[in-house]
Amino acid sequence: MNQDYEVIIGLEVHAELKTDSKIFCSCSTAFGAEPNTQICPGCSGFPGMLPVLNKKVVEIAIKAGLALNCEIAEVCRFDRKNYFYPDLPRAYQISQLDFPICRNGYLEIEVDGEKKRIGINRAHMEEDAGKLVHQGNITSTPFSLVDLNRSGMPLLEIVSEPDMRSAQEARAYMEKLRSILLFAGISDCKMQEGSLRCDANISVRPRGQKHFGIRTEIKNLNSFRALERAIEYEARRHIEAIEDGEELIQETRTWNEAKQITMSMRSKEQAEDYRYFPDPDLLPVKIDREWVERIRATLPEMPDQAQQRLITQYGLPSYDAAVLTMTPEFLAYFDACMDLYHDAKTVSNWMMGELSKFLNQNNIEISDCKVKPAALARLLTLIDEGKISGKMAKTVFEEMFNTGQEPDAIIKGKGMVQISDESTLLKLIDDTLTANPKVVEDYKNGKAKAFGFFVGQIMKATKGQANPAVVNKLLQKRLQEI
Amino acid sequence: MTLTIKEIEDIALLARIKLQEDEKDKFAQQLNIVREFTNRIKELDTEGVEPLTHVLPTYNVFRDDNVCPSSPREEMLSNGPLVEDGQYKVPKIM
Amino acid sequence: MELHELGLYELQSKLNQGEVSPQEIINAIFKRIHEVDDKVKAFLTLDEENAIKKAAALCKGENRTGLMAGMPFALKDLICTRGLRTTCASRMLENFIPTYDATVASRLNNAQGILIGKLNMDEFAMGCSNELSAFFPTHNPWDLNRVPGGSSGGAAAAVAAREVPVALGSDTAGSIRQPAAYCGVVGFKPSYGRVSRWGVAAYASSMDQVGVIARNVEDCALVLNTIAGKDPLDGTSADIEVPDYTSYLIPDIKGLRLGYPREFFAQPALDPGIKDLVEEALRKYEDMGAIVEEISLPYSEYALPVYYIIGPAEASANMACYDGVRFGLRDLEADNVLDMYCNSRANGFGDEVKRRVMWGTYVLSSGQYEAYYLKAMKVRRLIKNDFDNVFAHIDLIITPTTPTTAFKLGEKNNDFLTSCKNEVFTVSANLAGLPAISIPCGFSDGLPVGMQIIGSAFNEGKVLQAAYAFQQNTPYHQYKLQIGGEQK
Repeated sequence: MNQDYEVIIGLEVHAELKTDSKIFCSCSTAFGAEPNTQICPGCSGFPGMLPVLNKKVVEIAIKAGLALNCEIAEVCRFDRKNYFYPDLPRAYQISQLDFPICRNGYLEIEVDGEKKRIGINRAHMEEDAGKLVHQGNITSTPFSLVDLNRSGMPLLEIVSEPDMRSAQEARAYMEKLRSILLFAGISDCKMQEGSLRCDANISVRPRGQKHFGIRTEIKNLNSFRALERAIEYEARRHIEAIEDGEELIQETRTWNEAKQITMSMRSKEQAEDYRYFPDPDLLPVKIDREWVERIRATLPEMPDQAQQRLITQYGLPSYDAAVLTMTPEFLAYFDACMDLYHDAKTVSNWMMGELSKFLNQNNIEISDCKVKPAALARLLTLIDEGKISGKMAKTVFEEMFNTGQEPDAIIKGKGMVQISDESTLLKLIDDTLTANPKVVEDYKNGKAKAFGFFVGQIMKATKGQANPAVVNKLLQKRLQEI
Repeated sequence: MTLTIKEIEDIALLARIKLQEDEKDKFAQQLNIVREFTNRIKELDTEGVEPLTHVLPTYNVFRDDNVCPSSPREEMLSNGPLVEDGQYKVPKIM
Repeated sequence: MELHELGLYELQSKLNQGEVSPQEIINAIFKRIHEVDDKVKAFLTLDEENAIKKAAALCKGENRTGLMAGMPFALKDLICTRGLRTTCASRMLENFIPTYDATVASRLNNAQGILIGKLNMDEFAMGCSNELSAFFPTHNPWDLNRVPGGSSGGAAAAVAAREVPVALGSDTAGSIRQPAAYCGVVGFKPSYGRVSRWGVAAYASSMDQVGVIARNVEDCALVLNTIAGKDPLDGTSADIEVPDYTSYLIPDIKGLRLGYPREFFAQPALDPGIKDLVEEALRKYEDMGAIVEEISLPYSEYALPVYYIIGPAEASANMACYDGVRFGLRDLEADNVLDMYCNSRANGFGDEVKRRVMWGTYVLSSGQYEAYYLKAMKVRRLIKNDFDNVFAHIDLIITPTTPTTAFKLGEKNNDFLTSCKNEVFTVSANLAGLPAISIPCGFSDGLPVGMQIIGSAFNEGKVLQAAYAFQQNTPYHQYKLQIGGEQK
């Protein structure tokens, strides 16, 4: 980014919490149901309805706060945020304004080898709104359909401090936040399903200037990549405006993935006045410290701790450690392999390489992967024992991935066992040399390439199954004897 | 200090209530009477007084994370003025 | 006495002795309604067919196990009833048919009570005369040219006119007690949190309570037994055991300490006739052995202004769900959502509702919140503190229920400042969440007068005890009225 300017970025993230029922009623939170089949008069804003708080939401929020190094409030309460929109049945959203459940936390990111702490201003509980379905896009459609299944889903809104200074830092923050939330069991964090959402706040100021520039908000960021691109685009837009002397408007903009630009979300009224006031239907929540400690005791190893462990215990580079601790399932897979196999770097390479490749290509979660840790460990052992070459192992792995078969069975079934037996290979070598006297002559006259020719012939004769190391050793020896 | 017509219009928009032209003045006057009457509380010294948000001294009223069957969709849609494809239908939003 | 004139205890007694059948009771009720309701206009909707069916199902004594078995009751039309139109007396909900029963309705149904119908009210509980129903006003049975009071006007009028022995109303600033006073019946607002609000259309969430209107204190106690108690669906309902309220029906109040607030009795708007009657009642209490003393509630003069801020503020949010999207009146012509909202609500709401929603929106808006809403919440605490201080050495507070008797239809401007100043004595109990009852204590210029008894939180029993003692020592609850004529 342009060095004359400083880009200030803050992120607001909404995470859908992993509960069975909604935050204020007993409707199911299961994903993918038919429209309006998971609603009741309560989450649909009918007359006389009243919210009752799901205790599990509070527990998960406390757990998230602890995982993010926050202060957990002694007392927190709910407020009504009033505005009209067809997906908001009560025309107010129950949220937390003045007394959020968590404050003053942080997480650590690493960008280009540099560690940085990003502050978390607050995290609070609130309910989600329903969904609007349009024909075409929202600005041109003559009507919309309202599905309230999502209305009342429990959310944790996590607001960072404006501590990020680049799109890379913002992405790193999101990746780390997602890892932490996954490890702590807070949310599924599936951006494509909407269980993790991100809005970015961005402003730009000339380097050295004290006061902040005009801030804009960007919505509709559906992937980490969109986040990076949108921030880069918006920062450029701000800088251009400043340089051209144009006025920037404080507004909300939407990221248009197709055009790769941000667009103003033209609204008819001026800034909405939400008229927050304490919700009279919900009594305050008092959180004693014993409760907090009981929840702290349930926190598993967090990504940073796990990364440290991988670096110190296994000597893995920090890049590997970061990738292996992206999700708890990925880390659990690694740990399970290491229970059965001795070399961490090898496991790491295979997980970051072949395994990730096939998981991504086929859009499969590691928990659904047909290759279990024990099977991978076995494959690596077979390579070590020389039963198959590294190259062939990749073919075997693909078969394991697709069928779930054990490596031994695959190797046997395809007759792929590597030939390492010296007497067999010696006979093959002798046959090859006998059949190619001219090339032997060339080799004796100093043509080194001839060696490769012999190896190639042997590989061809064995359909690639000859153990190359053994072939090299024996061939060299034989050629010296001639 | 009194509510102006413009303020009445702003409030009516926030409250999503369409006012006829000839109503605006009437409502402005009526609300100003209420305003006069309620302004009395401003004369009180409430320094250090905690606002009363809930009359009951209780806190931590929770429910367990249990799922109960949702209402049948036909019931939920039965009072809908306009319904299509199992959803409430509304006109153009923007 | 005719069947429709009997209270619950007498009806139950006759039922249990086999003197009368459930069908006879219900038939008598509907006969009475068809005779007089075209004059009183208390009902918006009748559930005659179902009521008759329910009565038939209870004809065998062994089937009648519920606390209210075979007892007719009616509900103010903001209490949702499954499958039965619930309008809140508003065009907005003219055709709304809830798919759920409010908890209080369920409890009465489960106790085998028989729902007679839905009662008229001021639209969305915003009013003090029942003239603000979108459909038609209700008339005071004592004088058909006068209002029954509001917002539970239909409930008080129906009970007074012997159309139904008991009814449930709602009370946010006096909406049960004031009409009970105007109609010469008993009206009880329990402590905030004593009775579930689930399924009752909300007006001011921190002040609303469902309560009972009956012709005597015993019936009040019986109904309260049935509807009170924790509801898991209402987070503000208190987890406090429900005593048997009928056990407080002992006509003895010796040693009970009663206080009368000087500020209330010094109100210039207080009718001298009413003042005399309440003072006479206090003397009667003394004769019965109670200890009576003057007390002070210094912040009570700010109760109405505080209510006029908090009530509409909460209402502005509670009324927002009436947007025409999922139920209720919708302007189907509108081609965009903004117009749909604005027109639907303009057409669906009456002027008073619009006023309170707009004023409530204003006091919550940025720039006004601190001066109005936040300030009002602080003064509310001062008002509550007054009561806490007094109840440290007093059991019950005695006041007039209203400053005047029932006024004439059309007499007051239909705006909440004028007609609702008659809630000046009742509103404090809602702000402080206290139980309060209005019972008949005489007549002034031929019109009923009510006396209010306020207790400390969750001491409904003591309130009922004092009310019952007064009732047993006075004749007022026995007066029979001719619709639109004088008392006998």
